[in-house]
Amino acid sequence: MMASTHVARRGHALARPSRRRPGEGLRALLWLSPWIAGVTVFFVYPLLSTVYFSFHRYDLFTLEFIGLDNYRYAFSDPRVLQSALNTLWLVVFMVPAQVVFALGVAQLLAKLKSGGGILRTIFYLPSLVPMVAGTVAFVYLLNPATGPVNQLLAWFGIAGPDWFGSAAWAKPTLTLLALWGAGNTIMIFLAALLDVPRHLYEAAAIDGAGAWRQFRSITLPTISPVLMFSAVTGVIYAVQYFTQAMIASRVASGATDSAGTTFTPGYPDGSLLTLPQHLFHTGFRDWSMGLACVHALLLFAVAMLFTLILLRQFGKAEVTS
Amino acid sequence: MWVAQHSLAIALALMFLGPVAFVTLTALMTDEQALTSRLWPEQWNWANFADVFARSELLTWTLNTFLYASLATVFMLVSSIPAAYALSRFRFRGRKAAFLVVISAMMLPPQVVAVPIYLVWARLDLTDSLWPLILPMLFGDAFSIFLLRQFLITIPRDYTDAAKVDGCSDARILFRVILPMARPAIAAVALFSFFYCWNDYYGPLLYAGVDQEGWTLSLGLATFKAFHSVQWNLTMAATLLVTAPVIIVFLFAQRVFIEGVTLTGVKG
Repeated sequence: MMASTHVARRGHALARPSRRRPGEGLRALLWLSPWIAGVTVFFVYPLLSTVYFSFHRYDLFTLEFIGLDNYRYAFSDPRVLQSALNTLWLVVFMVPAQVVFALGVAQLLAKLKSGGGILRTIFYLPSLVPMVAGTVAFVYLLNPATGPVNQLLAWFGIAGPDWFGSAAWAKPTLTLLALWGAGNTIMIFLAALLDVPRHLYEAAAIDGAGAWRQFRSITLPTISPVLMFSAVTGVIYAVQYFTQAMIASRVASGATDSAGTTFTPGYPDGSLLTLPQHLFHTGFRDWSMGLACVHALLLFAVAMLFTLILLRQFGKAEVTS
Repeated sequence: MWVAQHSLAIALALMFLGPVAFVTLTALMTDEQALTSRLWPEQWNWANFADVFARSELLTWTLNTFLYASLATVFMLVSSIPAAYALSRFRFRGRKAAFLVVISAMMLPPQVVAVPIYLVWARLDLTDSLWPLILPMLFGDAFSIFLLRQFLITIPRDYTDAAKVDGCSDARILFRVILPMARPAIAAVALFSFFYCWNDYYGPLLYAGVDQEGWTLSLGLATFKAFHSVQWNLTMAATLLVTAPVIIVFLFAQRVFIEGVTLTGVKG
């Protein structure tokens, strides 16, 4: 039995409301003041400022108002479209793949009668491996020339793909890396699955419901809030996806990012160029900061859109369950 | 059924362990063998690990990463616990709105606000250092506030009400009643923060500058392959060295982790 399930149960015993005491608002304000300062400086101000800079040309030295030019340029830049589509790909394919895979593994772990403890550790550990280390390792393992994976495949007579070297395979390969690092989600799902009351399954079995029916009618509805939460966090993560894509491009192409070298992000063929990466290169390598702010606002819109869609679904799920 | 489930689980576990096994094997090969397709080291070259230290700034990077992660974590705790305390224990107008702001700040991709924030640090002449990543932690971290608040609302009001009747001040209630009960949540949030910083690549890439002396492990490892381009064995040894501390900490604090992870999955 995991200690964690106690934490989950305690979640239901919500605090009772008490009467408002005079001065409580002021005292709360006092405790909140550092955070309020933080929100103003690191959230509200930069958001407004991003809008302001998006109408300007700015390269750290000269600031010039140019109206909608940045917007015109961004929307005719094929790399903006490409990077937005890449980010969209991650949201549409990588996130669902990770959720379904994690749910499958968690379901398997929940059913095991023995050996669960060590297996849990094995599935969890890769999620702790630093992102850069995990990505560098995957680029090596999947290196088409000498990498072990394609050699193992060759023993079975399978010609392995070019993985990170092929525009068609690069994003699916990053998805494999994401599945390998899904340990967090697996543990969250496992705790939720172990919390589903046993007697519901027993009653369903007496009524003659098969495994699939039980899963659909009991498991899914009971754990849907946790699924939804994972989907929301997964989407937030996918929208900001940066490190793994950048490292994979860089190590697979053999490029550095140091002075004097030019690094074209998104190798191969821009297939790994995500929106945050394009923004980073525009703003902090080419120093076109006004243009980068247009990318930032686009990224903001994408993040808002997906978060709102998911939160609405979340709201519906809460009502029905 | 039993056999099928177990064999499937074991097969999956082997796939999860596979990368670690091959990385370790490669890390122990000689330079020449790492370029071949032979998978088992013919000579166990333990000196590779020493080579990594000798040929890169790994020690400096480790120290920088450690300083960044620990300072940021301590600052985060000092600023986020009070905010979570206010959001969970006080009734005031705008509490819901404040919580919504926490959630929106948590969902905002950091890259969206990167340009103006970078300009602020540039004006303060603090770029080319890790301070732009550490100092903001003095002003609360949305994710930590969210998690702490989720935990604190589960502490029954009776405890704090009793303390109030006894005439305890807010600060006393926080230190004497709330903090001892919230220890697992605080430990989890601290570990998450520490690991986040330890693994962070985007932040240091933006601020740490071009001088290798100021880099973190993530930055160093990211360019390691480029500087030792044919030596996959050294790159893999470096990868293991960067990963090892994280795994060791995990093995010691396993329970805190698993509790914390499931805490993130609890609905609000």
